[in-house]
This record gives sequence, C-alpha cells and structure tokens, in this order.
Amino acid sequence: MVAIKVTGLSKTFTKGKKALNSLDLQIDKGEMVALIGASGSGKSTLIRHISGLMKSDSDNSKIEVLDQTIQENGKLGRGVRSARSDVGVVFQQFNLVNRLSVLTNVLIGLLGQIPRWRGTLGLFTRAEKMIAMKALARVGIDNLAEQRSSTLSGGQQQRAAIARAITQGAEVILADEPIASLDPSSARKVMDTLENVNKEDGVTVLVSLHQVDYALRYCPRTIAMRNGEIIFDGDSKRLTPKLLEQLYGDDSLELLGSEQQEEPVVTSLPEQAVA
Amino acid sequence: MSNLSETQKSIEIPAHDLKRSIGSLVMWAVFFALLAMSWEGADMRPWDLIENAENMSQFASGFFPPDMSQWKMYVEEIWITIQIAIWGTALSIVCSIPFGILCSENIVPWWVYQPVRRLMDAARAINEMVFAMLFVVAVGLGPFAGVLALWIHTTGVLAKLFSEAVEAIDPSPVEGIRATGATGLQEVIFGVIPQVLPLWISYSLYRFESNVRSATVLGIVGAGGIGMVLWENIRGFYYAETAAVIILIIISVSLLDVLSQRLRKMVI
Ligand SMILES: Nc1ncnc2c1ncn2[C@@H]1O[C@H](COP(=O)(O)OP(=O)(O)OP(=O)(O)O)[C@@H](O)[C@H]1O
Ligand SMILES: [Mg+2]
Repeated sequence: MVAIKVTGLSKTFTKGKKALNSLDLQIDKGEMVALIGASGSGKSTLIRHISGLMKSDSDNSKIEVLDQTIQENGKLGRGVRSARSDVGVVFQQFNLVNRLSVLTNVLIGLLGQIPRWRGTLGLFTRAEKMIAMKALARVGIDNLAEQRSSTLSGGQQQRAAIARAITQGAEVILADEPIASLDPSSARKVMDTLENVNKEDGVTVLVSLHQVDYALRYCPRTIAMRNGEIIFDGDSKRLTPKLLEQLYGDDSLELLGSEQQEEPVVTSLPEQAVA
Repeated sequence: MSNLSETQKSIEIPAHDLKRSIGSLVMWAVFFALLAMSWEGADMRPWDLIENAENMSQFASGFFPPDMSQWKMYVEEIWITIQIAIWGTALSIVCSIPFGILCSENIVPWWVYQPVRRLMDAARAINEMVFAMLFVVAVGLGPFAGVLALWIHTTGVLAKLFSEAVEAIDPSPVEGIRATGATGLQEVIFGVIPQVLPLWISYSLYRFESNVRSATVLGIVGAGGIGMVLWENIRGFYYAETAAVIILIIISVSLLDVLSQRLRKMVI
C-alpha cells in the first residue's frame, strides 16, 4: 500500500527559480527512506508540502498521504486536519513549546483525536496521560516528563518530538534533519528511535539528512535531491562517494559527513543515476 | 608585509555626504521654526515667572505645613482609587487577550486584524478622562464610571501591546502543533499563549501602575476616588489639605510602583 504519493509538485518562492521542480515520488507503507541533498536543495520545502504546512504552485500537482489528499493544485484538501493527525512531523528546529512541560508537549499529539472542547481546555484523562508517558518511556526520556522542554538537550528534545508523533498515532513520520544539530551519540539515539518505530510499529518514515553516512546505516532507500529535483532514488548502498561526486560535484563533500572514514567502503559499480 | 600596505591603501574613510548634512540642517531649521511658531499659541510668558515671584512664593507657602487632620478619609479615598484601577485593569486584561490576538497579523487574516486594530486605536486615542466624563453621564457619578473609563482605554493600550508580543513569537512551535491536526484555537492556546505569557503579565502590571496614577485624577470629573477630594480642596483654596492629599498620593503610588516592579521582574 502507498503511504506517500507526490505527483508533479512544484514550488516557486522567487520568480524564475523553482525550489521544487515537478517532483514525483512514491513511498510504500512501512518503508524507511532517507532524503539527502545539499543545503538549499529543497528537502525542508518538500517535507513541509507533504505535511500540508505549505501550499504548492497551482499547477497539476497532488500530494496524497495514506489515500487522503493533503493538497491538490495548490489548495489544501478538505480533510487536511484529520489527514495531518496521521502524519507526525519532527522538525529541523525542535518545534516544541519551550515553556510547557515535556509531558504537555507530548499530549499535544492527542489534540487531533480527542473531543475539541476537551483538547482546547487542556483537559487530558489519566488514560491519555498514560499513553503519552508510554511514548516517552519508549524514546527513553520518561524521567524528564515534568521538566520544561527548554531544559532538555537537543537530542532529548528531538526524542520528545518523536514521542509526540508516536502519541499522535501517526502512521507516517516526516523528520526534517532531526539530527542536524546533534553530536554523534545523540544523533544515533534519535535515529535508533526512528528505526525502532519503523520496525516495531510499521510506521513509514521519511527522514531528511545532511550526511549520507546515516542514510547508509539506517535507511534501505535513499532519495537524493539537488536544486529542487530528485536526481537519485534507489538502494542506499549504491550511493558511493564516487556516485555522490558525480551527482553533486564539489557539494558532495558537504554530504559525506565526518564519520564517512569509519564506514566500510561499499563496493558497487558507479551506475547511472535514476530519476 | 606588502599585503598590509595594500589593504591600507584600499581602505578609505567615506567622504562627507553633502546631501546628508544639508538634510540634517533643514531638519533643525524646521524644528526651531516649529518652536517659534508655537510660542504665541502656547501663551509662553517666562518673565511672568520672575515678575510674580513674590506671589508664587506666597502661594507655595500656603501648602505648608500640610494638614493631615483628615488623613483617614484621604486614605479611604486612595484605597477606592486603587480599587478602581484594579477592576479597570482586570476587565481590560480579560478583553485584551482576544482583541490582542485578533490584532496580530501572524494569527488572523487582514480583514480581521485591520478593523480590530482601528477599533483599538480609537479606544486608545481617547483619553480616559474623556471616557470618564461620558460614563459619568451614562451611569452616574462615582467609581463605577471610573472603572468603565479605565477599562475601555486600557483595553486599547493592552490589546496593542499584547498583539506586539504575539507578532514576535517563534512560529515554529505553533507549526509543530498545527502538524498534529490541532484546531486554530488550540494552536493559540498551546503554541502562542505559553510563549507570550511572561510579557503579557509584565505589560498588565505596568498598565496597572499607570492606571493607579490615572485613577487619582478621575475624581475631578466625578468618577470617584481621591481626585474628587483633591479637586474640592484646590477649588476651596485649602492648600494645606491639598498638600496632605498630594503627599499621600505620592507615597501610595510609589509603593505600588515598587511592588509591581518587583512582580514584573519575577515573571520575566
Ligand atoms: N519561505 C521561503 N521563502 C523564500 N524562499 C524559500 C523559503 N523556504 C525555502 N526557500 C528557498 O527554497 C530553496 C530550498 O530550501 P529548503 O529549505 O527546502 O532547503 P533544504 O534542502 O531544507 O536546505 P537545508 O539543508 O539548509 O535545510 C532554497 O533556495 C531556499 O532559499
Ligand atoms: Mg532544511
């Protein structure tokens, strides 16, 4: 079954320069896919469109998630609010509310599912709090539930954001550079958490990454972007340094990452990139 | 170090910009012309201060020693004044929350915030004394008219300040909440208000301080509080009593200012 389906997606911010150029993309349920690309290649823009936070140019385009239309021809779908509650988003900057407790931040994930008036008043039942606590335990930070989220480290905040997505009951998680500002050990914990949610719950994960080594380690499939276009889509193992250089030229250094040296060199013939 | 000398050559102090200096000259000329023009309208008579120095000092001496014999009544009236400020401010805080949000261009579309902003401009543009006079006619003499006057005017002021805080928030947590499928109202409650709350509290306390000051004169137009007593004393040439009232006002306003400043420091 298809989890994410994007057809003909374009986005123009400034005239004449397309941030996304007629993108097509399909991700099946249960996949864990990496989205790589140099800075400014359009990763965040793509993710914001899939989550319905940004509207596309009004030409023939369509974005569907789990068979619900998120947007079509630049207009948000009618059921976008309920569609959104199936999609958990973990952002590049940690989009938690700093002054609220970690637990409250995670409970916000339930807003799309409980009666509106109760959510608006912030009245959560014990059972609901238990769901949130379980999600926090799952990402390993239940001991921090009562702290203000601003007091957490970057990695802990990202894991809290993942807990919010779990609480939300999301079947698809979109993570926009969740590890961009983290040290390697926190980065690994965050990626492990995403992998765990993917393997155990069958949640579809699309995670954008700056560095290719994490894509190799965690994601069987990688989609590579450059200048708003997909220039590679396939088995992550085929992304050798050589191919990267073909794809990105000098920018490839930016993508190789610091841990590249430790990685076993993946032996594979430099195949032609597929779109 | 040929490199160094080369950079030295290429650095130049920007030449004096003639256009700019003429511009500032014109600005000063306009400023002084404005002052000169307003001399007559403002009825400026500085030499009268010197000529009538004797009268003035006699007038001033009438204030001393202050007559505290009725201090109990004064304190009671000051307490009423403070209560007027408390209610006026509290009501306006309640109204400024929705109005402040409806004035914020990052929350609502222009066809909402434009009319609401104009409404708040009107409430702010008209002085509380004017509102007080109107409400005295509408609801009769007394503190309630003062409360209503402060309420309307302060709502105009606070809604503006509240919306400025809302417009300066970090939008990303709000997006994070939107992405979970929350409603617009829920975005505001969980994403916006936690971010602006400390500033809102601080602004509200600040407005409370200035409302206490405003409330001390509301009585002059019959809207209750110490102002009424003050006005009667001045009109009856009871300068010693007037001095006593002024001293008590200064003490209580300063005390409240200090208290409220402490509180403001605590929330930020
Ligand atoms: N709100 C916006 N207004 C104008 N231009 C934008 C906006 N958001 C993104 N862009 C432009 O769109 C292009 C793609 O940006 P995007 O943020 O999607 O890149 P990215 O791949 O996420 O980069 P990074 O790795 O730095 O996060 C860039 O050229 C950027 O300048
Ligand atoms: Mg980005």
